[in-house]
Amino acid sequence: MAAAKAFDEIWGHGGPDAPRAEFAALAEWIASTPPEELARRQQSAEATFRQLGITFAVYGESEAAERIIPFDIVPRVFLPGEWKRLSEGLVQRVDAINAFLEDIYSGDQRIVKEGIIPPELIYLNEQFRPEVNGIRPPHGIWAHICGIDLVRTGPDDFFVLEDNARTPSGVSYMLENREAMIRLCPELFREFRVAAVDSYSDLLLETMRSVTPGPGKSRPVCVVLTPGHFNSAYYEHSFLADSMGIELVEAADLVVDDDIVWMQTIAGRVQVDVIYRRIDDDFLDPLTFRPDSLLGVPGLISAYRAGNVAIINAPGNGIADDKAIYSYMPEIVRFYSGGEAKLPNVETYRCREPDALQYTLDNLDQLVVKLVDGSGGYGMLVGPTATKEMIEAFRAALIAEPHRYIAQPTLALSTVPTMSEKGVAPRHVDFRPFVLTGSHGVQVVPGGLTRVALREGSLVVNSSQGGGTKDSFVLMEDVPQGQSQGDGGMQQTQVGS
Amino acid sequence: MRIAIDHRTAYRFTEPQARIIQMLRMRPCDTRTQTVIEWRVDVDCDARLRRSEDGFGNEVTMLYAEGRIEALELRVTGEVLTLESDGIVADAPEPLPPMLYLRETPRTAPGEVLAKFAREAVSGIEDRVERLRRLNTALHARFKAAPPTPDQGETVQDSFLRKTLTPRDRAQIFAAAARCCGVPARYVSGYRQREGSACAPHAWAEAHVPDLGWLSFDPEAGAIADESYVRVAVALDATGAAPISGQRVGAGDEELDVDVQVEQLGAES
Repeated sequence: MAAAKAFDEIWGHGGPDAPRAEFAALAEWIASTPPEELARRQQSAEATFRQLGITFAVYGESEAAERIIPFDIVPRVFLPGEWKRLSEGLVQRVDAINAFLEDIYSGDQRIVKEGIIPPELIYLNEQFRPEVNGIRPPHGIWAHICGIDLVRTGPDDFFVLEDNARTPSGVSYMLENREAMIRLCPELFREFRVAAVDSYSDLLLETMRSVTPGPGKSRPVCVVLTPGHFNSAYYEHSFLADSMGIELVEAADLVVDDDIVWMQTIAGRVQVDVIYRRIDDDFLDPLTFRPDSLLGVPGLISAYRAGNVAIINAPGNGIADDKAIYSYMPEIVRFYSGGEAKLPNVETYRCREPDALQYTLDNLDQLVVKLVDGSGGYGMLVGPTATKEMIEAFRAALIAEPHRYIAQPTLALSTVPTMSEKGVAPRHVDFRPFVLTGSHGVQVVPGGLTRVALREGSLVVNSSQGGGTKDSFVLMEDVPQGQSQGDGGMQQTQVGS
Repeated sequence: MRIAIDHRTAYRFTEPQARIIQMLRMRPCDTRTQTVIEWRVDVDCDARLRRSEDGFGNEVTMLYAEGRIEALELRVTGEVLTLESDGIVADAPEPLPPMLYLRETPRTAPGEVLAKFAREAVSGIEDRVERLRRLNTALHARFKAAPPTPDQGETVQDSFLRKTLTPRDRAQIFAAAARCCGVPARYVSGYRQREGSACAPHAWAEAHVPDLGWLSFDPEAGAIADESYVRVAVALDATGAAPISGQRVGAGDEELDVDVQVEQLGAES
């Protein structure tokens, strides 16, 4: 199994007694803090999360239980140099995603015309939305908030597993996990120079304001649009609106009149400039998308097409994070940036191609097979741990509809020391950093969401499948005494020119 | 042919409405064989109209009305000059490639029965135009014409089981069947000038043939759409090309009255 040869981010390949040199102090903290004390702190954090209502729904369970995601007290840590290289790759990737969306929706479709991507992968893909074809969003930005899912196999070996360019969730975990860590393990923050993540709300608000349509408005009105309190991510919606100090609205609070979006308030109507929507495209506007949607705002897309409102993230973005398009991301990055992708993809077999299908069918017990349009770990086969029945079921499904699947090798995912029943032990992790794009440029938030597979040897980190989360520390460069710490390690580049 | 259109849509509400918003796809565009000479969209209450285009290249008018609205009448009037086209639609706005029109939608997923019918209708024929003609003839022969009804969002699988079909149902079935045969096809809404009274908007289909482009087929007439047709909007299905889609805020029911006059002007010249 992968676990045997996996790279542990703290302990390296040497185990608890021979950690990586830079992590000696952290390994010492893990070793010297009594397990029962770690367990106590962990329970305290989880009690807080339960109280706050940071829960998620498990789909497919009869009692539709709302659960909290287990929290692990041992942090995951990135060194300054590791983070710098990773950030450069993320900025390059998100720039390419925006350029790609611009090209196919409001540009000349160069990437298709020049034969880089087969046209059927775009035009026959449900994620390409003809309804928003021809719209150029305010300031030409489509993917304002990206969550890029990464896995790691060595100190500088990161691979992108998935791009999330629709409405990536999980940022509230990043923020709440950090708050819990500061409260429960203050000694770690004295020992290490950890970049702050609590400026995320300010950065998000700044990003939203920066894409206000039209000439600079001194006080643009920004809102968070939620499907409502029954949604499993409602906590995050209200948390974000609260921390940005902006209104949390439902569809009934907004009306479109004269191609302008208005918010109904006690004091009367207020024009809305920027909407951070947490509603899927399908439900956003019943006049344009699903006519039976009760969650949407009739006429919203007309206001958007008229250039009177910015929608974060832009409708139609699903085409950029579709798993079939994913396998072309190295080509997409090269096409728009002119350079090689700094962050590679995981090797991917496109089952729509006969050779790849044959290889996949011949190696099902070694591969991870995924639905092109699936998410959350549903519709996924992890060959090495699957039963014979599961493998045969996937074989039949693959033969019936090969175009719906991709396959990837099972990587030796890195591990991080994690609390377990047998004390602190290595567990596999992945990582979702958050990347914000406004009219001033692309920013990588110094932190992110680390998901951990709590079961020994498991590679599935999805919260719906028994995964947990950890805080993710990004260490800052040591600065000479007396010098300002700047903006907390934020990476920034300019978009376009 | 010079065609005059007068299309009235009257809503009467049992209780006053606070707000009405409608997306109208009721404005034709110019093509090589269709020139819009004059076109007006009028509404009989205090409403704001905004023009734009949708993702398929259709002209769109947004209608916004507020207040105590007890009734609303929309009147679309215009004159269009059409030329004989042999069914070929050229120089229409085409922001999307023909391939996109191979897509199914929830309403046009063919299902086994329709797919089998489509395959049988064209079996043994190589030429794409001839295949489409056969399909058109087969759909013309299979059903009787039904008087138009408001669109309830019926799927082609359900429509296909009926004996009588509205032009809308039949046009959607044509598009779904053509796609089954690997031909990009789309739904068209518009008007058809015919002796006697036309009392509703018409609907037909277009299919794409390499080297020729988009060809029109009217499976109700069992023929191509000739110069007596005025083409208004296209989409993957009837929902996407609906002349009016809207929402109202207010209680009560609505009564709908539609009157369409399509006349040939100066027929003697």
